[in-house]
Amino acid sequence: MYREEILKRYEPSLDNILYILHDLQDNNPQHYISKEDIEVCANFLKVPYSYVHGVVTFYSMFSLEPRGRYIIRLCESPPCHLMGSESLLEYLKKKLNVDIGETTKDGLFTLELTSCLGICGVAPAMMINNEMVGNLTPEKIDAVIEERRNMS
Amino acid sequence: MIRVKINNIDVEIKEGTTILEAAKKVGFNIPTLCHHPDLKPKGSCGICVVEVEGMPTLKRACMTEVVNGWKIHTNTPLVRTTRKTILELILSEHDMDCPTCIKNNKCELQSLATTLGINDLKFKKEGKEKKKIDDSSVAIVRNPNKCILCGRCVQVCEEIQTVNALTVSQRGFDTIITDAFDVGLGNSVCVNCGQCTVFCPVGALYEKSNIDKVWMAINDPDKHVVVQEAPAVRAMLGEEFGMEPGTLVVGKMYAALRRLGFDAVFDTNFTADLTILEEGTEIVTRIKEGGKLPIITSCSPGWVKFMETFFPHLGEYLSTAKSPQQMFGALSKTYYAELKGIPPEKIVSVSIMPCTAKKFECSRPEMKDSGFKDVDYVLTTREIARMMREAGIDLKEMPEESADDPMGQYTGAGTIFGATGGVMEAALRSAYFLVTGRELQDVDILAVRGMEGIKEAEIDIDGLKLKVAVAHGLGNARRLLDKVTEQLQKEGKSEYHAIEIMACPGGCVGGGGQPWGSDMARRARRGETLYKEDKTLPYRRSHENPSIKLVYERYLGKPNSEKAHHLLHTHYYKRSKIDGKVISEH
Repeated sequence: MYREEILKRYEPSLDNILYILHDLQDNNPQHYISKEDIEVCANFLKVPYSYVHGVVTFYSMFSLEPRGRYIIRLCESPPCHLMGSESLLEYLKKKLNVDIGETTKDGLFTLELTSCLGICGVAPAMMINNEMVGNLTPEKIDAVIEERRNMS
Repeated sequence: MIRVKINNIDVEIKEGTTILEAAKKVGFNIPTLCHHPDLKPKGSCGICVVEVEGMPTLKRACMTEVVNGWKIHTNTPLVRTTRKTILELILSEHDMDCPTCIKNNKCELQSLATTLGINDLKFKKEGKEKKKIDDSSVAIVRNPNKCILCGRCVQVCEEIQTVNALTVSQRGFDTIITDAFDVGLGNSVCVNCGQCTVFCPVGALYEKSNIDKVWMAINDPDKHVVVQEAPAVRAMLGEEFGMEPGTLVVGKMYAALRRLGFDAVFDTNFTADLTILEEGTEIVTRIKEGGKLPIITSCSPGWVKFMETFFPHLGEYLSTAKSPQQMFGALSKTYYAELKGIPPEKIVSVSIMPCTAKKFECSRPEMKDSGFKDVDYVLTTREIARMMREAGIDLKEMPEESADDPMGQYTGAGTIFGATGGVMEAALRSAYFLVTGRELQDVDILAVRGMEGIKEAEIDIDGLKLKVAVAHGLGNARRLLDKVTEQLQKEGKSEYHAIEIMACPGGCVGGGGQPWGSDMARRARRGETLYKEDKTLPYRRSHENPSIKLVYERYLGKPNSEKAHHLLHTHYYKRSKIDGKVISEH
């Protein structure tokens, strides 16, 4: 059970709830917080399931829905918006054939929106998993996506 | 003592008093919305803001303690505009279909809007998407479109009941009160106690109504509709008709039910007495024969589901006796049916309860020992009051009538079932007789009465020292049972012989089906009413009830007989802490 291995790394203190949830989500093959994840976390910290559920839904970096291997988070804050993120969103939707929050059929990509990533100097920007990509153009998006597709 | 000025009036008050309480002392009502006298103030709505001289921002009166020398103003232009704006913003997110709302005229938001003089909606939200109504539970409906996110329901579920079925989920405009995993209360650990419906200031949480089905049964000439009323209902129904809290309306209630069209008006108090004989016999047998002790009461269905979910290891300690409601149901379709020569399939058994969990209890699959669904429909006190108003019945004007035979007669022991400690007191009155063969002379066992969360008493029955405990409110129950569990694990036995548990604070008089707008003080007054009625009744011990003697003579044989076991006893399950569903039989 990989979940038990994860929990071993932490003290059963409520201070650790976000670290634990991130760890569980990162190690979940579908990159989300499953019912089992909430269960083990709540049992470990001795808090009600409803409490953990509340925490998970409060933070936008947690998902209760299964997601793809690569999570694309396009910035929707004003600087990126001014630099054309809206048309890039349409481009991404069409290219991946998904709507916001959805995952591609091959299970590779999930499209999400995010507020400011703090790299407005290179707007429009997005994150793909933990990697930042700035100065986005349709061509650059193509390249990033193709690269990931070929890696799989 | 400290001195402050409120609206230029000097007040001397104890340290630790909130601005809200201090202002009330000098005659100023500060409007509140999320505040409730039985809950810790959280200050989530912001309606109670006041100005304090020298402070940069407004203070929330419900949770700010006064400081010596403060000059507080509760009614300045800034305070009034702020309150209004806050309320207007809340209203902009609220479904405004007041005339068709279950809480119409009893809604705290509605009356606050009147108090603050809101005549116009400044903020209107266009194209607001309706959120899904949760009707997955057999007992409680949750309508998030009415919810104002005050958090009272979460607080009572978490702090008072420690069930933690409800939680705040999401954030910002998406914030919603929901259950864990967002699967609906019917698929959660919710025990159906309904305290959330009592604490909700608006129409976001309420009982699932059976009114239409009961009207249909009453109007069906082919059906014989019998009705039973729980002990606590007679102490609270009057409030629905503007009578003082704690007015006893038992005779008027029978008359009103008869005028509604019920074919036979009986009383749950009758089967409360029966429960005492079954449970009392069980207690005595367990003590004499070394059975599982402590024996724990089983008449509160919220508590039973709580036990099955959170304390399944105590399942074999519970009395196997059914609740009075379910005993009544089983007898109505067997004993009564046979006596009257009515085919049981034609009998519709309705119960009037101060309780939402009773709706869950009657729909449990095992509650069919008569061969039919023992209790067909459960109506809360609020629902029966609605039916009476719809039928044009004014309870105040009803004559005093009596219940019908053979299931209408009751003793004082039956009536105090409705207050915390009442079942224990009633059981002790009869247990004394069952052990010694003599009557307990002083039947008032004061140590188990009152609103203290956990009560203990030691009763001497001819040298046999019986230690009992009583808990009401599931948080108190949890505390008591954690202790009992520890004792059982460490020493193999508990210091207690018998324990009474009621899911709701105050017992049934504080049930989830009680009139809206109740607080702890009101619950206590209703309890006192039941103790007063007890004193006036000709019989005060369950085993003295002539109708009870008759049902054993004619039908059941003796307490805990085979027939009694078949009809009047039940079994329990283990339930999942995730979704409250049955995992296994006990």
